[in-house]
Order: sequence, then C-alpha cells, then structure tokens
Amino acid sequence: MERTSIRTVEGAGHIPAEVRANYESVIGLEVHVQLATATKAFCACSTRFGDPPNTNTCPVCLGLPGALPVLNKRALELATRAALALHCTVQERSRFARKNYFYPDLAKGYQISQFELPLATGGWLEIESGESKKRIGITRVHMEEDAAKNLHEGFAHADRYSHIDFNRAGVPLIEIVGEPDLRAPEEAYACLTNLKQALEYTSVSDCNMEEGSLRCDANVSVRPRGAEKFGTKVEVKNLNSFRYLQHALEYEIERQIGALEAGETVVQETRLWNVSAGRTESMRSKEFAHDYRYFPEPDLLPVRIAENWKEEIQRAMPELPDAKRARFVHVYGLTQDEAVVLTDSQQYADYFEAVVKHGADPRQTAGWMQRLSHLAEKTAELSEIIADKYGNVTAAHFAEMVGLVKDGTITATNARAVLAKMFETGKPAAEIIASEGLSPITDEEGVESICRGVLAKNPENVAKYRAGNEGVFKFFVGQVMRETRGRANPQTVNDILKRLLQRS
Amino acid sequence: MKISRDDVLYVAELANLELNESEVETFRGQLDAILTYIDKLKQLDVSDVEPMAQVLQSAASPDGALREDVVRKCDVADAILEQAPEAKKPYFRVPKVIER
Repeated sequence: MERTSIRTVEGAGHIPAEVRANYESVIGLEVHVQLATATKAFCACSTRFGDPPNTNTCPVCLGLPGALPVLNKRALELATRAALALHCTVQERSRFARKNYFYPDLAKGYQISQFELPLATGGWLEIESGESKKRIGITRVHMEEDAAKNLHEGFAHADRYSHIDFNRAGVPLIEIVGEPDLRAPEEAYACLTNLKQALEYTSVSDCNMEEGSLRCDANVSVRPRGAEKFGTKVEVKNLNSFRYLQHALEYEIERQIGALEAGETVVQETRLWNVSAGRTESMRSKEFAHDYRYFPEPDLLPVRIAENWKEEIQRAMPELPDAKRARFVHVYGLTQDEAVVLTDSQQYADYFEAVVKHGADPRQTAGWMQRLSHLAEKTAELSEIIADKYGNVTAAHFAEMVGLVKDGTITATNARAVLAKMFETGKPAAEIIASEGLSPITDEEGVESICRGVLAKNPENVAKYRAGNEGVFKFFVGQVMRETRGRANPQTVNDILKRLLQRS
Repeated sequence: MKISRDDVLYVAELANLELNESEVETFRGQLDAILTYIDKLKQLDVSDVEPMAQVLQSAASPDGALREDVVRKCDVADAILEQAPEAKKPYFRVPKVIER
C-alpha cells in the first residue's frame, strides 16, 4: 500500500487579494461529538476519560466473537435531543450499519455506524453573517461508535509496534453532517461556535476539544465567483480547535486557488492539517480507502423513537442560545451584541439573570459583567469553566454593586477597583467601600477647593486652555480624580472646572 | 461467471489478506456460487414483502431492546491481554500501522 506523496503548492498563503476575490470558497463541516453518557454505546463499560489503558473494556468493545451489542438508551436520547436542537426531522425508525475497514483501532474489523437510514435528517443552524442571519443546512445526524486509540510514540520498539488502548472503543458519538452552505473560514468558525453552544446548552456533550469530545472535519472546494458548479472537494481532517479550523481552511483555500491559477487541477482527496508545519498534507487516496461495504448490522434490530418519547425529549429541551438571545433583547432591552456576549454559555446567561432577579439594572449588569470577565480572564486559564470566572462574587453581591453605582454610592471609576476586590475576596461591595474609604465626596465645596488647587498648581496648562487648547481639560479632570482617589463624581468635576476656567 | 479473479484480489486487499493462487481460485468459486444462488432467489416475486435486514425482527419484537446507562465493570482486560499476541501490558500491540 503506497503512501500518497505529500504535495504542497508553492506560494500557498501568498495569493494576492485581487486574485482571491475572483474565487469563492465552499465549505461543509462534519462534526463528531461524544455523547455525555456514563457507559459506551453498546456495552456497560465506562466512558471516563483518562482511566488506565484498557481497563474499560469487555468482550463487546474488544470485538470478541459471539459478544452482542445492546444500545444505550441514554445515548439514543441524547442523540435525539441533539437532532431536535438542530431542527432535524427525527426518523421514527433508523438502522445501524457496519462500516467495514481494516485498521487496528477497530477490533471487529468494522465500525457500527448508520448509513442508509440515519437517526435524523434535514435540519439547520443559524449563524450571524455580517448584519444578517444565515441558515446553514444540516444534512443528517447519525449515531456511531468511536474507535480505539493507537499510540505510536514514546514506547520501546515504537519503530516496530503500535500500542492500542481500547478504552475509547465503543464510546457513543453522533456525526453531524452539514450542507456545503458556508462561504468563508469565518462562517465555518461561526457555525462551529454556534453548534458547540447548542450542544453544550442541551447537555448533549461536554464538547471538550482537548479530550476529543468534539472533532471537526471540513470539506472544502473553490470555484470561480459566480459559477454554479462546485469545484473538486478536499476533505481536511484534524481540525480539533477553532484556531486550527480557521487556519487550515485559509491555507487550503489558498492552496486550491494557487493550483487552479497555475493551471493544475485539484485532486479529490483527504488531507490532514499539520499543526506544526501550518499546512494541509495529503493523507490517502480517496477512491480506494472509501470502499466501506456498508451493510445493515445484523446484531442490532432497527432503532425506534416512539412519538411520545420524542415529544417528551422535545418538552424537556432547555431554551436554546438563539431563543435566549432574542429574549434578552426583547425582555431586558439589551443590544444584540450584549445578548451575544451574555449567552456565550448557559452558566454566564444564568448568572446574568440571577443578578437581574436581585433587582439590578439589566443594561448596567451586562456592562459590569463584561468588566468582571476581563478581570477573570487575567487570572483564570481559558479552559476553566465559566462558573469559575466569578470567583466568590455571588449574584446578590453583584446586584448590590450595580445598584451602588447607579444610586451614586460609588463612582464608576472606583467601582472597577471594588469589583476587583470583590472578585479576590468574595466580600460584598459595601464592606469594601467602607474599609477602603471609597465613599464618594458629596461635599461640593470640598471638590471645588481641590479643583482650585489643581488649577493653581498648573498655570501653564490653564493658559493653554484659554488659548484654545481644549485637550488639556482632560488633564485637569485626571488630576482632580487622582487627588480625590476617584471618589469625586466626574460630572460634578467637569461642571466645576468649566465654571472656574471660564470665570477668571 | 459472476466473480472475477480481480474482484477476489480487490476484496482481499480491502481486508488486508494475502491469498495464494489456489486460494484465489477457491474463493472465486465459492463467491461465484453464492451470487449464482442469489440470482435464483431474485426470481421470487417479493413485491408485496417488506425488505428485512435482520432475521431477529418479527411482528412481536419489531425493535431493538435498549440498555440503561449504568456502568458495569467487566475486568477482563488482563485475561484477554494474556491471550493477545505480542501484548505489552497494559497495551495491546500490533505491528506498526502503515498509513494507507
């Protein structure tokens, strides 16, 4: 079996923008998602990640002769939930099939998958595309089992042997096949983002990309802008982070345009994203490797989703991100952008609503939550869950803080510092304000005398201002705020300074 | 003849099998006989019969049974690894995988 030679087009990544503008890229995603079950798809072995090699195995997932699969009810339920969340038609009956191929990660010599009669078909997912929304078609959602893990490196005799861990073999997956409706890497990025969000909201999967719970492949082709016919498509694998997806698509689109510009043809094939080299590389010749000889799995009867079970799953469906965004705009008067940020994850959205329930102003809460996120991002690892972002700040304390800013108990300038302290210590805002002496100066005469002092100390700047350089006004405000340690109301300071500067 | 020598070699390659000349002829003959028999079955009129993929399926049990999502530890890995050729605990081991 010869390995297809690695072929890259010189100059990929350097296609001039005006040449690129003559082409349109067409992208479709195929996403594999691990269902959040305790046990495997067809046996009672644990699906836990990181257990010692081969400890979660049994005759079924090791493919021993005579062992028979029995479908996991929870896996079927989660797959159905995902299909409904993606607006698919869930078929009352679907069927498992054997996908035959020879590879050591497959003990049985076939993977149990679905082929002719998938679980669900014909759905869609919405993405933001510029100002408008765009529907991306979902061709199908089908169930299948994961393969074992081959380990090639880090063993004695690694040159002669591959080591195999079957813990992952038989773990339940769904494959979501998208229509070739995407026209740019940014759209693919948005599509995967929204898909991940929908699957997280519905608790179908933890979508942990590092642990392989969410894996993405992309079909990519290019065609002259305005052409009807699709170009030859290339499947790009190993896009296991959002960044890889975007980089690999950008690379691959330029590679294909480069080939066409050079008078070559694009070869239909599977390519692998090489992270370290930053390019896609040819993997295997498609026509040969893809003769999977599917046939109905004789060990499993057809899958039936009774109408009343489907309705039950639909009823238990949590509010989806799209609906939540629309509600946030409608009910709380947020902007679309604010709603997008706040619905980034369910926990984030829930926190927002909890704060608002404590009586805080929704728009101000949205603003302050973003500031808190910036604080949190400085201290927390990106991979940490959103819930951790708040440290010890309870929704009640947060609502109190928003209220204190609104009623003038604290200036917005100092609220940032208070927020940081709340994040660190978990103490309520009022306590921090008292102990740090951050109550605002309400005595206007006091503020005025500080303003006079600042002007007296900076006669050159006063002269500049009077000569028409209004830019120095900000300098005076800054000086006053520094002297008052942020405790003066900025509007009051503005008014007083204007008055003083005009008078003399 | 329904199955050619090339068909046999193609299927053998997909299954990663190496066949010698007499095996190729044996399997060609066997597969040919199976397909000839299928042709005979095709003569039956089944236009009013639902296609069936599984012999287990019946009117009494039209659908597969489902299992609750509860972990049951099996602990057979050690025993199986002992019988596996070239295993190196805790891993199974196979000759280096060749990309194809």
